[in-house]
Amino acid sequence: MYVYDQYDQKIIDERVAQFRDQTARFLDGKISETEFLPLRLQNGLYLQRQAPMLRIAVPYGLLNSKQLRKLADITRRYDKGYAHISTRQNIQLNWPALTDVPDILAELATVQMHAIQTSGNCVRNTTTDQFAGVACDELEDPRPYCEIIRQWSTLHPEFAFLPRKFKIAVCGSTEDRAAIHHHDIGLELLANAQGEIGLRVLVGGGLGRTPAIGSVVCDWLEKEHMLTYLEAILRVYNKHGRRDNKFKARIKILVRAMGVEAFREAVEKEWATLKNGPTTLTEDELIRARSFFDAPDYAVLDRAESTTELQAACDRDAIFGNWVKRNTQDHRVPGYRIVTVSLKSTGYAPGDVTAEQLELIAELSDLYSFGEIRSTHEQNMVLGDVPISQLYALWQHLQGAGLATPNIGYLTDIICCPGGDYCSLANAKSLPVAEAIQARFDDLDYIYDLGPLELNISGCMNACGHHHIGHIGILGVDKKGQEYYQVCLGGSQSKDASIGKILGPSFKQEDMPDVIDTILSTYVTLRQEEESFLDTYRRVGNEPFKERVYAPTH
Amino acid sequence: MPRLIKNGAVVDDSWTALDHDTVAPQAGQICTLPQWLQLSQKKGSAVQLEPAEEPDILFEHLQEIALIVINFPVFTDGRGFSYARRLREHGYRGELRAGGHFIRDQLTYLRRCGFDAFQMDDESELEAALDSLGDFTEFYQAADDQPLPLFRRRV
Ligand code: SF4
Repeated sequence: MYVYDQYDQKIIDERVAQFRDQTARFLDGKISETEFLPLRLQNGLYLQRQAPMLRIAVPYGLLNSKQLRKLADITRRYDKGYAHISTRQNIQLNWPALTDVPDILAELATVQMHAIQTSGNCVRNTTTDQFAGVACDELEDPRPYCEIIRQWSTLHPEFAFLPRKFKIAVCGSTEDRAAIHHHDIGLELLANAQGEIGLRVLVGGGLGRTPAIGSVVCDWLEKEHMLTYLEAILRVYNKHGRRDNKFKARIKILVRAMGVEAFREAVEKEWATLKNGPTTLTEDELIRARSFFDAPDYAVLDRAESTTELQAACDRDAIFGNWVKRNTQDHRVPGYRIVTVSLKSTGYAPGDVTAEQLELIAELSDLYSFGEIRSTHEQNMVLGDVPISQLYALWQHLQGAGLATPNIGYLTDIICCPGGDYCSLANAKSLPVAEAIQARFDDLDYIYDLGPLELNISGCMNACGHHHIGHIGILGVDKKGQEYYQVCLGGSQSKDASIGKILGPSFKQEDMPDVIDTILSTYVTLRQEEESFLDTYRRVGNEPFKERVYAPTH
Repeated sequence: MPRLIKNGAVVDDSWTALDHDTVAPQAGQICTLPQWLQLSQKKGSAVQLEPAEEPDILFEHLQEIALIVINFPVFTDGRGFSYARRLREHGYRGELRAGGHFIRDQLTYLRRCGFDAFQMDDESELEAALDSLGDFTEFYQAADDQPLPLFRRRV
């Protein structure tokens, strides 16, 4: 993974010093609340319902074991001994004291971490495929590009006060695991007829109040122009994005208002002055960036042999076998598998991880996966490079720590924002809904029978829980001061991206498990052969679900 | 006499403040964009841009203009940052001043975008604000103060 040199370290250290001074001036009454707001947000600090929340950046979801141990240590010393993985692959602390935040940031800087631009109206953490570098369907590793974007966007002087937040995602594989259609900018690595790899640029996707799927603004961009082109897009947005209404301020609204053609023209015009300028990427820089993501020292293993070995182990222990089937997947290198560590066990908030678990995962990564860990936007963690021969030992450790719930990609692998329990923007609580659904559907055979299913919950329109792109989405709404829940169906975050359709009037919290139950049994009744929930939904539409869910009870 | 930060020091402002009501600004007075457009002689002129006024309209006269003020009525409206960069990218070398309600914590960014003078609402803040100009000594991006991005400078 990327390693800081003296330049990166200096920038991060200077940032810590700057924020220490800003916090001191704020506590001294020398900076007003309004002025401190964007300053603290750009350092990841929210003032929430109960306590501040600090969002720590995990650039494109990559961590090492040293960082995980430091995080564990920080949660014990400054928080309540646990952390939360957000849907942007970042890590959140729910209970730090404002006065401790500069110290926490200084601690983070010692392990090359920070909280820069994890919030605020600026360019946020660039995200990508959690299986980058190890996926079988990868054209090129997207992480070097993410790192280049991270550096370019970090403390960018021109784009710190945009109309609204700005999110970029990069995808380098056939299947899109980075939801690039739902980002302000989505970059897709793809090959042209000559076999050269370049970028397709999508702009104006997004969730929130007005969900939208990104439009292609540039079909083919040579890599060296990536940053100047991004700069041109950001400049058009900074100058013309709406600032009079925060609900209409995202770039998707601008693209829609201008029309893609006019937007593209405006970008091209800005680009004309930037193109081929000093920000044009050099071959040396691309090589340098790639060098940090070179394949680790894999053992040379035989594919057939290791497959047989794994099969035998699975046959010996059916519970292990099931976990292998559900929570691990093929690796591009023979003899290795990708393991997802499930942070979705019933009774624990989705994405929460304790200090002890963090330390265990750190140790397991050192033992079995080259000391690297990934965080996912589905709020799990991944050990990307586990030799098949070590899977059983790894599984036993994970089992013992409640990290092996075999539900990855199934109903109970719920994506859920912190909601009304923590977040001051919430309309409704989201965690109790997730918990009630997990508790109701605790029969693994039933959830396997349902097949791949994404259920996403957000506590308000801001859609941090990505409810629009869940196959089943749940949104907390406020109905005359009461917490209600709206359901939408048919969203998808894959390359066949779609936005869920609202089913109808919203429901009370206690009714939610029943509502989900009805939706699922409707699917089971209607499905044909191998159809997934999404397939069936796309074939039959909202109506049959609506009829059943809103049928008068007898 | 009003004071401001210029080239890293607090100095007196030698320009006469803008007057929205005047039809004929005097020599040495800052003009609004409409007033400036009326000027027959642009040489040595000074003009203030508001957030909705893009700088492109000035491009033809960048060699003649002596001062461009970009006004920040609210510090969270970042359009002025892009305006400044565009002006510098198009060859403007005169004084580029940030005016209005920006905050000292933005000074590094403003300077990087090409501003060399800072006139803050609250003049008592000026001396203390000088410190914020030194918040950072290293940067990733190319900008007006450092024409090469870090990736072209790493050793
Ligand atoms: S979706 Fe709403 S409630 Fe949930 S974390 Fe985001 S802002 Fe808070």
